[in-house]
Amino acid sequence: MSATRQQTIRPAPAYTEFHPRWYRPRVSVYWWLGEWHYLKFILRELSSVFVAWFVVETLLLIKALRGGPEAYAHFLQIMQNPAMIALNIISLFFIVFHTITWFNLAPSATPVRMGGKRLPDVMISAPAYVAWAVVSAFICWMVLR
Amino acid sequence: MADNIVLEIARYSPESDHEPHFECYEVPVRREWVVLDALNHIKDTVDGSLTYRWSCRMGICGSCGMMVNGEPKLTCATFLSTYARNGSKVRVEPLRYFPIIRDLVTELGGFVSKLKKAKPWLIRDLEQPLSQGEYLQTPEQLDRYKQFSMCINCTLCYAACPVVGLDPIFIGPAAIALAQRYNMDSRDQGSAERTAVLAHPDGVWGCTFVGECTRVCPKHVDPAGAIQQYKIAAVLDWLKSFVTPRGRDVSNQAAND
Repeated sequence: MSATRQQTIRPAPAYTEFHPRWYRPRVSVYWWLGEWHYLKFILRELSSVFVAWFVVETLLLIKALRGGPEAYAHFLQIMQNPAMIALNIISLFFIVFHTITWFNLAPSATPVRMGGKRLPDVMISAPAYVAWAVVSAFICWMVLR
Repeated sequence: MADNIVLEIARYSPESDHEPHFECYEVPVRREWVVLDALNHIKDTVDGSLTYRWSCRMGICGSCGMMVNGEPKLTCATFLSTYARNGSKVRVEPLRYFPIIRDLVTELGGFVSKLKKAKPWLIRDLEQPLSQGEYLQTPEQLDRYKQFSMCINCTLCYAACPVVGLDPIFIGPAAIALAQRYNMDSRDQGSAERTAVLAHPDGVWGCTFVGECTRVCPKHVDPAGAIQQYKIAAVLDWLKSFVTPRGRDVSNQAAND
């Protein structure tokens, strides 16, 4: 009980001193438009929306397959709509962009050490690219055979 | 290579200006000159009122960081001849996202207080007596954190990070990289104390991994890597806290302090 009653002395709260003569630049709402690196980051973030779209599309495909031949034919009909084809081409571009940018960033986030030394970045990203190529080749073979 | 080059320098006088403006100065281009040499030439021969920070002139003091053509650079390590080739002007501005005191001088108090919060020093539960000698470390143990220890606090990474600009209370790349430098040091026992500041929305979770901090770092510290590595460690620590609840008490205690 005595412990809970004990008053802890807290340091004074940190506050920003008022310096009217400092110039404080404002960040524009369009800060990401001026520089390619920033724009690339925003496009990478935006690519998540298209990743989500492909997930939804895959779920709809599975639902159509469960619904029988008619539902599947209806799904294919919707997919043949030019607007849908355009959306899927844009989505594919963003997903490739998403994959490449994240594969390239992976070594920085997950350094692997072997024999007391850090493995070169290419040793982390290269297997991811190889796995991507193998899976893509397998899917192509499944679809086109 | 052109004989002369025009420097467009941001000027701000707190006594008379409401906002910075640019003034142009023509300087000779010498092969061995860096942007800082041009600034020194202007200050010595053209306009003594030009204000900027510099000290070592060899890329170690971290005080001459400025925006050169929109890129955060150490002006002592940025050759003028690189820009003179295409005949364009060189625009020199104070580091982005910091309050400006005068001309090219930024206010670093906010950065220093963030740095202090990250506790970038060795923390021991119990100091071993001097008679036991130094805390020994193997080359492998040194290699784990050495890259992060190269930071010179030049704040170029803050000027490159849009999160710093948009969210001024974000602790920032260098502070996190330096916290991680000590977390990964085999002699340090203070990682739980740093958790409260690092595993926080204004700590590593504020970072959206733009990666610009790493790109502009003149000492190849890779702050973005340090932040992402800490994110993974923080998640593993959080998961571990379910298995060993005592571990969680430590971070909570630190958070309440």
